[in-house]
Amino acid sequence: MALRMWASSTANALKISCSSKPNVSLAFSLSRCFSTVLDGLKYANSHEWVKHEGPVATIGITDHAQDHLGEVVFVELPEPGGSVSQGKGFGAVESVKATSDINSPISGEVVEVNSKLSETPGLINSSPYADGWMIKVKPSSPSELESLMGPKEYTKFCEEEDASH
Amino acid sequence: MLIPQTKNIGLPLMNLMRFKGLPILQQLHIEEQLLRTSSENWCIVNDGTNDPTVVMGVSGKPAELLEIESVLDDQVPVIRRFTGGGTVIVDHGTVFVTFICNKEAVPNLQPYPRPIMSWSSSLYSKVFQGIGDFHLRENDYVFGNHKFGGNAQSITKNRWIHHTSFLWDFNVQNMSYLKHPKRAPAYRSARSHLDFICRMKDYMPRSTFMDKTVEATETQFSLRPIQLEAIRTCLEAEFCPSSRFLTNEELEAAAVALQS
Repeated sequence: MALRMWASSTANALKISCSSKPNVSLAFSLSRCFSTVLDGLKYANSHEWVKHEGPVATIGITDHAQDHLGEVVFVELPEPGGSVSQGKGFGAVESVKATSDINSPISGEVVEVNSKLSETPGLINSSPYADGWMIKVKPSSPSELESLMGPKEYTKFCEEEDASH
Repeated sequence: MLIPQTKNIGLPLMNLMRFKGLPILQQLHIEEQLLRTSSENWCIVNDGTNDPTVVMGVSGKPAELLEIESVLDDQVPVIRRFTGGGTVIVDHGTVFVTFICNKEAVPNLQPYPRPIMSWSSSLYSKVFQGIGDFHLRENDYVFGNHKFGGNAQSITKNRWIHHTSFLWDFNVQNMSYLKHPKRAPAYRSARSHLDFICRMKDYMPRSTFMDKTVEATETQFSLRPIQLEAIRTCLEAEFCPSSRFLTNEELEAAAVALQS
């Protein structure tokens, strides 16, 4: 409990929220006890995040997702110029003998793809919200962002999902 | 008065398709289409395939995984499949078992690789109960520390597939087409293929394995046998599967790139 309270106050100072992972031993490091959820992002129930800045939105997968997927060894991404649709797959990651679809939280035109991921797919694990970003999109329907979850809602969603399994 | 069969009441429905000697590429195409376009649960059992064929995972690099010169000289077909995981060589001695499920089909199962493999290994534990020290070890199906089944998965938003190629028997010469992979489980301990794998036929008759697998599946699903012909018209003609043969040109280019 003390560790959880310290983590919570630290998270508040850093402006991040934490979802707890039940049944995780306190002997693990802090970064493995809690999935990181960042303020300022919106979240899909398929565990992708989107950061809307001006005309461009950046998309990736969340810390919760990368932790559950395991070590990412391969990433398949679209080409710039292609289009993505809300809720539909735009690429895939490979981890632990599985390909897992990545679904776009919003619709739009792909304007940039993170080329570093072809050589260093592990950036998705080590830096899911920064260096592990996947695509940048010019949103075609910015109102779609309103249908996504905020940080608190997504944190609760992850906790409920983990608790129910 | 007929007494209705009640044992499967309340279990989710799963369609069961059984094949003998279905070509592996055709099996992969059917699987990918059912994963992507069906909303039902499926179990596919294919008792052997026709010609020896190399099957790589979605990110497999031929130069790293195959003895390309031998593969080209002997004209061994090479497939890149739509699921993750490693490289296998399959033939008439391979038994294939596939599960394609909606994410709610197995209660309390999170649609991620490890939970799915944990579920599948518990199902196969029923099949191999008391036989050969069966378990899931670093994502492989083993007897002791010898692998006899390679598995792979693909997970979409609402569904997943887990398929396995079981080495009921294998041809020693065929293993020579495969290189020692860069990414190998720790328990392999740098053993060669022949020291690492084992034959299921040393543990269980072929038909017993398939029957017991169906029985184990029936403890969780209400199985409905289906023939391929019955669904052929339902399979969308416009679906384009991604599993495919690699061309000789692609293999030759990989060999050249390796040498440079």
